[in-house]
Amino acid sequence: MAASSDIREKLRMKRRALQDTLVKNKNEDDIQEAEGSDEDPGESLRRTLRAQREKRKTKLLEQPFVQDEDVGEVSPTQYNSPNEGPSSRVDDSVVSTRPPTGSQRGVSVKSEQPSSSLHLDTFVTRHLQEKLRAARSKGESLQQQETSKDSSEPVSRLQRLKDRDTITRFDREADPVSSGRHDDPLTLRSRVKFQEQARRVEKDFPTTEEAYNFFTFNYEPDQPSKPESKSKMRQKQRDGVEEDDRDENGQEEAEVEEEDEAEEDNQDQNEFQSEEAPLVRNEDNLFVIDHLPQDFVEVRKAEYVGFKKRVQRDCELLFTPSFRAVPTSVKLPENTMPRFLEDEGLYVGQRPAVSLTNKNISENRILKMAEGSKWFGDDGKILALPDPIKESSTRPPLFHMDEELDPALQTVYRKAMKSQYANLYIAGATDPEGDYQLDVDVSGLIFSHHPLFSREHVLASRLAQLYDQYLSRQQNNLTGHLTEKLNGLRKALRNMMRIHGEQGSSEALQHRISEYSLEVRNTRQLRDLEQEKDRTLLRSIIKVWKEIKSLREFQKYTNTPFKLFLRRENVDRALDEWEYEGEILKEVLELEAESEEQYQKKLAEYNKQLEDWKLWRKKQKAKQKKKKKKSQTQDDTEEEQEEEEEQDQTESEDQFEEDPVKPEVPERPDIDSLERWVREKASRIRRKPGEAILVPELCTSGGVTASDLCPRAEVARREDVSRRSLFIKILYNYKEVSRTDSCSLSTDFRVHFGQIFNLKVLNCPQSINLQVFEEIGSSYSLLAQVFVPVPDPSVVTGRAPIEEIEFSSNQHVMFDHEGVGSDVPLSFESDGSNKLTLLTSGKLSCCVSWGIGEEGVPLAPPLSQHPGGTHRGLGHLDAVSYIGASGLYDMKKIGEWAVQSRLDPNDPKNTSIMHLLKVASSGEVTAPDYFRLEHLQEEFNFVSDEEMESSKRFRLLRLRNQEAPEFRNYKFVPLLEREVSDKVFQDYEKRLKDGETIDTRQHLNPHRAVVAKYLQQIRESVINRFILTKHHYQLSDLVIEEEIPSIGILGINLFKLAESKRPLKPQRIERKKVTAQNLSDGDIKLLINVIRAHNIPIRKPQSSKPGQSSQSAVQGSDWYLSQVQVRPFVEVSFQRTVLQTTTADGPNPSWNEELQLPFNAPNGDYSTGSLQSVKDEVFINIFDEVLYETGPDDKSRATSIHTQIEKHWLGSVKIPFSTIYSQSKIDGAFKVNTPAVLLGYSREHGNTSVYDQWRSTQGGTFVRLFITVEPQLVPGESVREKFNSQEDERLLQASEKFEKHAAGGYPDRPCITTVIDLSGKTIFITRYIRPLNPPQEFLDAFPNNPQEATSLVARYVSLIPSLPDQVSFSATCDLLSTCDQFLTLLAGDEQEHAVLLCNYFLFLGKKAWLIIGTAIPEGPTAYVLTHEQSGYFIWNPSSGQFYEKGDTFCPLQTVGCLVNSDNVWFNIQENPSPLHTNFDITKVKMWKPFFSRSFSHPGLSSVQPEELAYRQTDKAAAAELQDRVEKILKEKIMEWRPRHPTRWNRYCTTTLKQFLPKLEQSRGQDVAEGHRVELQNLLGDYRISGFPLHLPFSEVGPIIEAVHSTGVHNIHSSNVEFALAVYIQPYPNNVPSVWVYLASLVRT
Amino acid sequence: MEKTSNSSVFLLTVNGQIEGANFPDYDNLYCKYCYVYGHDWAPTTGLEEGITQITSKSSQSHKLIWNFPLETTFKSTNPSGWPQLVVSVYGPDVFGNDVVRGYGATHIPFTPGQHIRTIPMFVPEPTWRLQKFTGWLLGRRPEYTDPKVVAHGEGREVTRVRSQGFVTVSFHIMTKDMKRMGYDTGPTNSSTVQFATSSQSRDAQ
Repeated sequence: MAASSDIREKLRMKRRALQDTLVKNKNEDDIQEAEGSDEDPGESLRRTLRAQREKRKTKLLEQPFVQDEDVGEVSPTQYNSPNEGPSSRVDDSVVSTRPPTGSQRGVSVKSEQPSSSLHLDTFVTRHLQEKLRAARSKGESLQQQETSKDSSEPVSRLQRLKDRDTITRFDREADPVSSGRHDDPLTLRSRVKFQEQARRVEKDFPTTEEAYNFFTFNYEPDQPSKPESKSKMRQKQRDGVEEDDRDENGQEEAEVEEEDEAEEDNQDQNEFQSEEAPLVRNEDNLFVIDHLPQDFVEVRKAEYVGFKKRVQRDCELLFTPSFRAVPTSVKLPENTMPRFLEDEGLYVGQRPAVSLTNKNISENRILKMAEGSKWFGDDGKILALPDPIKESSTRPPLFHMDEELDPALQTVYRKAMKSQYANLYIAGATDPEGDYQLDVDVSGLIFSHHPLFSREHVLASRLAQLYDQYLSRQQNNLTGHLTEKLNGLRKALRNMMRIHGEQGSSEALQHRISEYSLEVRNTRQLRDLEQEKDRTLLRSIIKVWKEIKSLREFQKYTNTPFKLFLRRENVDRALDEWEYEGEILKEVLELEAESEEQYQKKLAEYNKQLEDWKLWRKKQKAKQKKKKKKSQTQDDTEEEQEEEEEQDQTESEDQFEEDPVKPEVPERPDIDSLERWVREKASRIRRKPGEAILVPELCTSGGVTASDLCPRAEVARREDVSRRSLFIKILYNYKEVSRTDSCSLSTDFRVHFGQIFNLKVLNCPQSINLQVFEEIGSSYSLLAQVFVPVPDPSVVTGRAPIEEIEFSSNQHVMFDHEGVGSDVPLSFESDGSNKLTLLTSGKLSCCVSWGIGEEGVPLAPPLSQHPGGTHRGLGHLDAVSYIGASGLYDMKKIGEWAVQSRLDPNDPKNTSIMHLLKVASSGEVTAPDYFRLEHLQEEFNFVSDEEMESSKRFRLLRLRNQEAPEFRNYKFVPLLEREVSDKVFQDYEKRLKDGETIDTRQHLNPHRAVVAKYLQQIRESVINRFILTKHHYQLSDLVIEEEIPSIGILGINLFKLAESKRPLKPQRIERKKVTAQNLSDGDIKLLINVIRAHNIPIRKPQSSKPGQSSQSAVQGSDWYLSQVQVRPFVEVSFQRTVLQTTTADGPNPSWNEELQLPFNAPNGDYSTGSLQSVKDEVFINIFDEVLYETGPDDKSRATSIHTQIEKHWLGSVKIPFSTIYSQSKIDGAFKVNTPAVLLGYSREHGNTSVYDQWRSTQGGTFVRLFITVEPQLVPGESVREKFNSQEDERLLQASEKFEKHAAGGYPDRPCITTVIDLSGKTIFITRYIRPLNPPQEFLDAFPNNPQEATSLVARYVSLIPSLPDQVSFSATCDLLSTCDQFLTLLAGDEQEHAVLLCNYFLFLGKKAWLIIGTAIPEGPTAYVLTHEQSGYFIWNPSSGQFYEKGDTFCPLQTVGCLVNSDNVWFNIQENPSPLHTNFDITKVKMWKPFFSRSFSHPGLSSVQPEELAYRQTDKAAAAELQDRVEKILKEKIMEWRPRHPTRWNRYCTTTLKQFLPKLEQSRGQDVAEGHRVELQNLLGDYRISGFPLHLPFSEVGPIIEAVHSTGVHNIHSSNVEFALAVYIQPYPNNVPSVWVYLASLVRT
Repeated sequence: MEKTSNSSVFLLTVNGQIEGANFPDYDNLYCKYCYVYGHDWAPTTGLEEGITQITSKSSQSHKLIWNFPLETTFKSTNPSGWPQLVVSVYGPDVFGNDVVRGYGATHIPFTPGQHIRTIPMFVPEPTWRLQKFTGWLLGRRPEYTDPKVVAHGEGREVTRVRSQGFVTVSFHIMTKDMKRMGYDTGPTNSSTVQFATSSQSRDAQ
């Protein structure tokens, strides 16, 4: 690259040189004359040749061309030459520049001049012609040769040109040996010579006229570029010719060569010594003058250079190093063999890796360079350091462990600077509506001092200032005002004094008087001050005027038109004097009074001090006496000594105690001196009595002496003034945006601009700056800067007054004329004392305001965006005071200050502040003493809070927003207040009231009521919590996204693709889950598929023979076949919709029917939360359809049969909707809840089949159902909210991990480690397990039979009503109450039952665990596992039944985990069903323990109480309840049979009543036979069907529901009778067992 | 609701059309629209939701034009819950599966008169890249559970979306009884407002 740039540089140089030469050729003729004839013969010969050649060319091209000379002439002169010195370097193309004045260069330039202008002086022409003629004859012979060569030459100029270019001067210099043709010494010689010539020429100084011509010559405009290039071409061409010459002639033409060389050098020389250049070669131009321009103009087409040619040319121009390896021989000095240091055993480092190509290229290039070989080492390789990278860093290491860092290296913290222009844009300024316009009106400028002020001006301006001051004072009339005030005060004081004198002194009056007198004094002093000021001002005005006058007289001319007139206003002397005297008198009196008062005060003070002193003195004396006594005992001393001592002591005590000095008696004030003083003062500050009032009037009517009459210095000053002009630059945000026209300074130093600039503003205005510039001639200087405050948005054009802004500058200016200058000491005294130093200053009157748009809209940015609120006025007070900040104005303080300083409310100066105070005190703007963040909130309140409270509509809206249950989905809140009916709130208010009072009637039991209320409260709090969490969304709530298929699934999918299609194979399609939000009534259906039932009780034959029937049923197989055993059907009722299947036959019927029940959500709210709280249950009842033939009478029986259908309830299954919802489908065999006794039915049917035999052992009826919801609903998520906990964080984490792992490995197995207690805290589940005592009576009941006790306990637990968590708490969170809570609430879900049962079992000494698993139909639930000798037993805590481990009809389906007080084990066996589960928890492969060796049990204490306390059974209450339930049920049954009379069979009822306690005792065991037989005996004539219902008791409602669902009341036969018996057996803690015996009797 | 039959309401009539869309990368799109409104609103006439024809780009213009008319009247008692138009654009992907191309929502303008709204459209992003790929492969891109989600603010923080294109909708709004009920939605005269503020500030001074 270096090489190429070098070449380029050379080329450029050459071109310039050529250009220069070309010009010179044209110009040189005129210099010839100066050069004279004594030139070198060789030179002249060469020049001659050149001239002739050019002449030939001019003949060829005879087009006049003038312009290019300009260029030619100027460019060389402009070219920087080393000895040119300070000449400004201008680009070659720049044509006309002003030649620097006063430089000697003018000579040479001038000498070029004539040739270019074609205005040659005739004599010069003549002279040159002569020269030419002589030269021509000389060169004649040589010319011949050249012509021949010329004609043959122009074949490939370019090529030659290129050749030429490569050989440059620099080459020659660098490598003198390589080209022998260039003779260096010669060059040098010729250069020296030229320099000499140049020097000679320089001596030739131009005449003044020439110089003048030169300067005043009108240069023609340039058109340089084209002709110049043309001429360049030409020049090159010519050079090429010369080259040719050289090449061909070689040594023979050495002479010519030399000359050429010289010429070239000459050109070089020209480059550097432009002035000297024209010294050479000029004679031939004498002819050419007219043709010269044409010589260089040639019009031709642009030449196309072929690609090949171009490449060729490039090759010639550019050096491209070869890629090939350079032979070693070339790299080494000749005849030397490469030396390999490594072979010689010397250490040679690893050379840095350089690619071979790069190495070759660089070697090739280096070889081309001068002294290229020195880059190569002895081994022929490029010298290289082994490793160019330094091992250690060049940077000095920093050691700053202990020592202080070098201060230079210390990091300096600099605060981050905010960019000045960041965020400056006014928002919305770019859109057309928001353009803002700032109008800057620069009206004028008045100097109060200017360097060009004459002395008179200085005085005049001072006078003007004083006069201004006078006028403004006059306008304010402070003196008069104060005088009046004083008078008023005096009058008031006098009045008061009079009152005081009359009525005696009151404290307040006294106080007021003293206040007034103080006021009077202050006012007087103020007035005196003002008067003095007035007086001095007047005096100084007069003084200055006098000075002006004297100055004018002295200098005998006037410069300023100012004239001061003093108007004299005569006054009535007598009156004046009287007033004057009166004033003085008053003042004196006052002063006397004051001084008297002061004196009194002082005197009082003195007296007091004196008292003190005396007291002190006494003490002292007493002390001394004591001392004296002491000292007397020791030695007797003289009195004097004592006194001295005393003195000493006092002195010494002086140092300790203060104020021992005896106070001085105050002086009495001297009245006379007072008066004197007052008079003196009056004469000083006041007009003398009788003296005329002087009113100065300043006018500018005076003439200014004409310049002719002024002395020279003054004239010079005035001229200077007239030369000056001023303009003003307007800078907006530090950028110049505009400037005024420059206006000349007038003689009175005023400038009027009167220009208005409209600035379209985009940036926030930060500063508006006006810069005053003074212009003298063409140069200007900054005089002063004026910063104009950014106007408030309210300041708009037309309303803003013009402001005068003072400015000054500290420029130092001094003149030799009358101007006083600036910053120059100046004295008006003759002795030069009292010097003044005046600085340039003045006032700029301008006005900045916001523009007004077309419609009168102010184009100002809104206030809020206005930065820098420094200039804000009171308008912003509210905002600040709203905040409560007292930063800007503290009204109170201002008020206090105003009171203290006794502001005169009538003083015009105080109007604004008085107004402010008035406003403040009136309460409009009160700065509150609180701080408010949302200080402008009130602006946005559209109604007041009271209105908000009172409005029913707003209340409705607010309640809806709070999601109060009644209004959660309330639609159409009425628009108008009056349309909101009060009824709307009834429910809500009732509920609120109900919160406190609970309907005890509903619950029959006050305790129950309390429990219910408590449950309600918990429910509400949990619901609220749930509503909160409902607003926390997860991605899956919002976005449906495909799960990422795992590789396995992908593989299966791929495999499936290959699978053959089986169109007939049904495929299960996953149902689409529907989110709750887009559902409405009727969309959801409950599908219940009733498949079949097993083991339905069969009818017993109606036998009149009691006691025989059972036998007959068992034995009579023929009967069995002939008789209809049972015709069962299933009736499903849900939400009062009842559907039933068809009737099937036999005890094992198969229906396989689908029933669709519509589902309606409460309030039409289908949100998840609402669905979860649906309490409705699905009742599945199995009935037997019994047909009875009845006839109206015996006659018609023969012809028609009347059949009566009766349905007899056989059993029911209850499934809560919440279970269906949470599990989305329920599939399985449900144990039908059959009554213990079914009258007229028998469960044991013939042992005819093995199947039945096997079945009978189970002793239950089962129905197989499939229940689901269509469409599938998304089950509610469990509450994600994290509950706070007191458990160890580590434990919580571990449990989370454990659960996660369990869910990951076995998603269908529930695993619970932590539960939430009633207070909403997370608690580890093992804390719940603890042996707890069951009621003692159970233990006592069967002291010898633990088995009985166990079942009793289980029964007791099952009697506690069940209440699923989901129903009560509407969220699937596990709330687990402790056993005592459970027993108090008497309601809980399976988990609580299970925990209680487990705890009881533990107490009974069994091995018991809690099973967390899933069961039918509860879903996830808890059972209890016990281990006995006979094996494992699984207990269902809510029914009290137990199953053996191998029982297939065990409702428990999967075993998730086992819990006891020590640990939690998760089931990791393959099959989770209890049938296949191994319950040996010690096996680690089957059970994964929570606490293991790695995480041992931290010793969690139990949350259960130590012991359970039971309340004793209240038999009376139970009996009462029993009666009430019976009554209610009877009423209900009658109610359900509105059209039929309901008859009660008393006899039957009493019989049934006797049965019930037995049933209770036998705990529902099969004791039915006895009953039936008994009943049959009693009621032989009746066909009886009935059953006892056993229920846990919570409320009456469920009992009624259960009774209703049996449909006993639906028997409509006319002769039906009913029997109903209720028995309540109370158990401890108000757990009653309720039996309801229902029977229908039909007389046969 | 029955109670409100004789109560005072104001009416809002929305006429207009879903003019078209600008989806630079996709073609053959159709658009579904529906309204989302508050509790105190009910449509009285007109279609509450609809689905447009499939349109494809012409060779000249790259705009998709539906010109699908909207004509719905709402009655309301409360401006809170002002109706929003929710549009969602669907179209086939490379494999011909119908996938969502954008969701967007805009409030119905409340000033009577003609309005044009350009709704920027966006789609939820897959959770991670593999999902993006499989979604693309199987033609099952992430979708909102309900297009109406875009009209609500709640829960949106859990999603990530990518912007897709624009749908232009023009509205002609008419209201009845709004002013009588005390809701003035007429265009405000900016100049008067400005004057008021400026004069206020001057007064304060």
